[in-house]
Parts: sequence; structure tokens; C-alpha cells
Amino acid sequence: MQQTETCRTDIPQMLEIADVVQEGKGQKSFFFRHSIASKPGQFIMAWLPSVDEKPMAISYHNKKEFAFTSQSIGIFTNALDKLKKGNKLGIRGPYGNSFSTKPNACVVAGGVGLSSVSIYGARSMEHLIYRKRFKNMMITTDDGSFGRKGFTTDALDEVLSRNKKIKIVYTCGPEIMMKKIFEICQKHKVELEASLERYMACGFGICGKCMINDKICCIDGPIFNSKQLNQMSDFGNFARLKSGRKVTIKEYHSTH
Amino acid sequence: MLQTKLCKIKLKNPTILASGILGVTKESVDRIGKRGAGAVTLKSLCHEERAGNSNPTMFSYDGIFLNAVGLPGQGIDSAMKDFARLDNLSLPVIGSIYGYRIGQFGEVAKKMASLKPAVIEVDISCPHMDYGKPYYADPELTAKVTKIVKLNSGKIPVSIKLSPNVYDIKEIAHAAEKAGADAITAINTTSGMVIDIDAGKPILDNKIGGVSGPALKPIAVRCVYEIYETVKIPIIGTGGITYGKDAIEMTMAGATGIGIGTAIYYRGNDVFRKVCGEIMQWMKKNKMKNLDEIRGIAHKR
Repeated sequence: MQQTETCRTDIPQMLEIADVVQEGKGQKSFFFRHSIASKPGQFIMAWLPSVDEKPMAISYHNKKEFAFTSQSIGIFTNALDKLKKGNKLGIRGPYGNSFSTKPNACVVAGGVGLSSVSIYGARSMEHLIYRKRFKNMMITTDDGSFGRKGFTTDALDEVLSRNKKIKIVYTCGPEIMMKKIFEICQKHKVELEASLERYMACGFGICGKCMINDKICCIDGPIFNSKQLNQMSDFGNFARLKSGRKVTIKEYHSTH
Repeated sequence: MLQTKLCKIKLKNPTILASGILGVTKESVDRIGKRGAGAVTLKSLCHEERAGNSNPTMFSYDGIFLNAVGLPGQGIDSAMKDFARLDNLSLPVIGSIYGYRIGQFGEVAKKMASLKPAVIEVDISCPHMDYGKPYYADPELTAKVTKIVKLNSGKIPVSIKLSPNVYDIKEIAHAAEKAGADAITAINTTSGMVIDIDAGKPILDNKIGGVSGPALKPIAVRCVYEIYETVKIPIIGTGGITYGKDAIEMTMAGATGIGIGTAIYYRGNDVFRKVCGEIMQWMKKNKMKNLDEIRGIAHKR
């Protein structure tokens, strides 16, 4: 019997914010000079004492530092927005599985759901982030204030029709968008990996709040492949509130 | 070899998913069933929907696990639609309930009973209460809650889940048995706090939480040992069970069912299969045929 299993530790570690970068409107990246062993698509839990603790995708990562990017949408992210260099946050993780990083891939992102991108959509120009970081991006905005007017989904449909070399699509963003992307990928018979989001308390598969059908989002995911997505009747349709009650994705997003 | 009878319910093995871990959805019940559990306890439900506490609600270090989820739940009415029934799932399901006021325990028990769980477990450790003293810390209140749940549960066996945060757990267990309880689940978490010295604040948003994991085991073994000496009804021993040897120790203290919760964190969803394998390995080595041979042997002089 391996008693070492009970040495497992998951407790927030207070880390100083080394840098704050304004990425777009209400969108900021928080940098920490701290090494973290993370893979693409993983997330950390960020604790702001007396406010809340939430899962945040890792958006920058090298041997010496990492960052996550937050968009002000609620009590927690609004409180994050006020933080300055030198303030501290409690960090634990990384958690979850990761993207497969295969070649000949097309990455489709929406909102702040991007880490490395080919097609990227946002509401309008002021909401675009990481513009200097990634080259060769096809950008869409809902209002046409930058790039092409419209949605990432239309752009993907065109790209997949035109470029038969693409073997896999990676996506992260609003679930409604990802569901559409899933359908487009099925149509073109291209593999897909999507990063899903659910309310999480623990991040390590205990609390049961992030169930998507029989999958536990935080440990089986957050990245799911086409085969898994195809068997998930909840994908694009239902999520559970903090209480555990199952509601439509629309209602879920209106309360978070 | 591991077949166990608990309140006339046949379990393929004594391991039971403890309340509060997963157990929120039908699919998670099925998932744990496939990983070898003998039965599953649902996350506790009350008369209303509760979002629970803000995060952080749980963390762990050095074999200590703290949580203060704040009894989140969709509420019994919503759960009745979500689950429809509990007697047609792949393994016996224990429905865990609570209320704020005594009458609500009865109301929720009646609705839970209509879903036909194998057992109704009553979490009397709820912090919202009628009187100054919590239900779990007063034999009279424990008896009142037990009686009203029994009255509303028909033929479904009722297990009362006790807290270790009491002066004398024996008198509480005795009161529950006298009031008609069919089993005792022991124990709930014990109260604790951890302060982050860099933040200068308790880590849990609720400040105080419940301690579980390996740190809880000696307390749980002591409670089960004391309860076994006091009551005749079976005990579901819960608290820090992580390895087969812990389950054997708990059985020797007097437990019939073996609750496993936090160990999922340490050893994954397969912990049930792992623990059962380890129990059987030990039994073979010691030439045991069934667990009855060791149940309560720690009491013999």
C-alpha cells in the first residue's frame, strides 16, 4: 500500500502580482514570477481573500513566469480588475487535462478564450486581446469594427472548405460558439478538441458541481474531444448552477 | 467474501460513497457504481435550493482536508424531477436529507421516501436550527428529528448521521436508537480552521469548516467504538477511510458499512475497488471468510 498518496496537497499559495497588463476593454493579464508545471489548456484556482476563488485558464507560461487573463464580468473579476502590481493572490493548481497540440491545427477562439490562435472573434475592436502576441490571425468582430464582420463559426466553415490540410481544430470560448464549431467540424469530418467551462468549487473532482453528463469537467476535462462531445447531451444545452440544479446554458451564463 | 447486509439491504461490498462527495447527479451515482462502491449516498438535500458558501470551500495539506461548502443543493422538489426514482439505478442509493426546523425534516423525508432510496440518512449537523443548541449535540432534539423522519419514511430504513463535536456521542446514539433509528452513520467532519499567514485570513470563505481525510480517522474510530458499545443497530463507519487497512480497523471497531468520501481525492474514483482489493488481500492472508469474523473484535478483552 502506497501511503504517500495521502501527502497530496492543494492549498492556495499567496503569490505577488509581478505585472498587470491591460489587454482590452476590462481585460487584464496578471503575471506571477513563479514557475508552474502546466500544459496548454490547464487552469489554476485564484483566491482573492474575502472575495472568492475561481478557476482561471493559464494564458502565458514559461520557465520563470505565468499569467492568467481575466475579463471583468462579475463581483470577483471586478475585484481582480482593481488589483495592482505587488498585491497578492492565492494560487493553487494547475488542474485539468490539456490540448493534444497536434500539427496542421486550426485554433478558433472567442472572447477571452484564447491562448494561441488562428481564428479569433470578439464583440468589437475594443474587446480584442493579445493582438500583438499572435500573427497570422483571422479576426472577426460581431460589429465589424475590426477584421471581418461576423462570427468565427462562418470563418471556420470557409477555412475548412478551402484548406483540406487541417486535421484538427482546437477551440475555447462561449459554449454556444463551440457547439456550432463542433457541428461544422463534424460536417467537414475534422477532429475537434474543445475547452468547456462549468461552475467549480474544488478543481480536483470532489464537489460534483461541474458534471457534464457522466464526465467531471475539472478532472476529465476541461478539454474534450469530438467523440466525447458527441456523447454529451449537456454540451451546448445544459449546465448546473452552484446549487447543483440543472438549467439551460443560457440561464447558467446569465447567473455567472 | 465482502458481501454485507445493512438494514436488510444486500451490498456487494461494505464500501459506501459518503454524502457530500460527488453524488449530485444520477450520472455521478452510476459512475461511482462502476468504480466498485457497494452503495452511494447522495449529497444532502433540504426543502429549498441552496447555493452554499463562496469559494474557497475546500483545500488540503498534510493529510488534512478542510471544507465548508455550506450544504449547497438543488432542493428536494427539484431533485425529485432530476432523479425521478432511486431504486432503479445500478446500486443501492442512500438519500441524505436535512431541514432547518424539525417539521422540515419530516417534509423532506416524505418526499425523499417517494423516490424509494435504499436508506434515508439524516444529516443532523445542519447549522440552521430551531433552538440554541444544534440537533446533533442534544439527545432530545436528536430523538425528535429521528421520530419525525421515521414517521414520514414508511418502511425505508433511517440512519442518523452523528457529529463528533459533542461531549458524549454515546448518549446521542442511544437517543437515536431509542427513537427508532435503524442505523447510525458516524461521523460527520469535525470542526476546524486554517489561517493563511501571508494573507492573514482563514482560507475558507466561511472561516470555519469540517476536517476530513486521514486526520479524522482516529476520531472516527473512537466514535464508532463507543457507539458500538452503546447501541444494537448497525453503524456506517465514516471518517478518514483511505486504505483497506483503515476499513478493517473501522470494522474491528464495530462498523458494518464503510463510508468513503475524501479518499476519492487521494486515490481517485477507483478508491472503492482499491480498498476492497486491499481488504480481501488481508482477509486471505489471515484466512478470513467474511467480515463478520472481525466486526467489533477490538472490544473483546
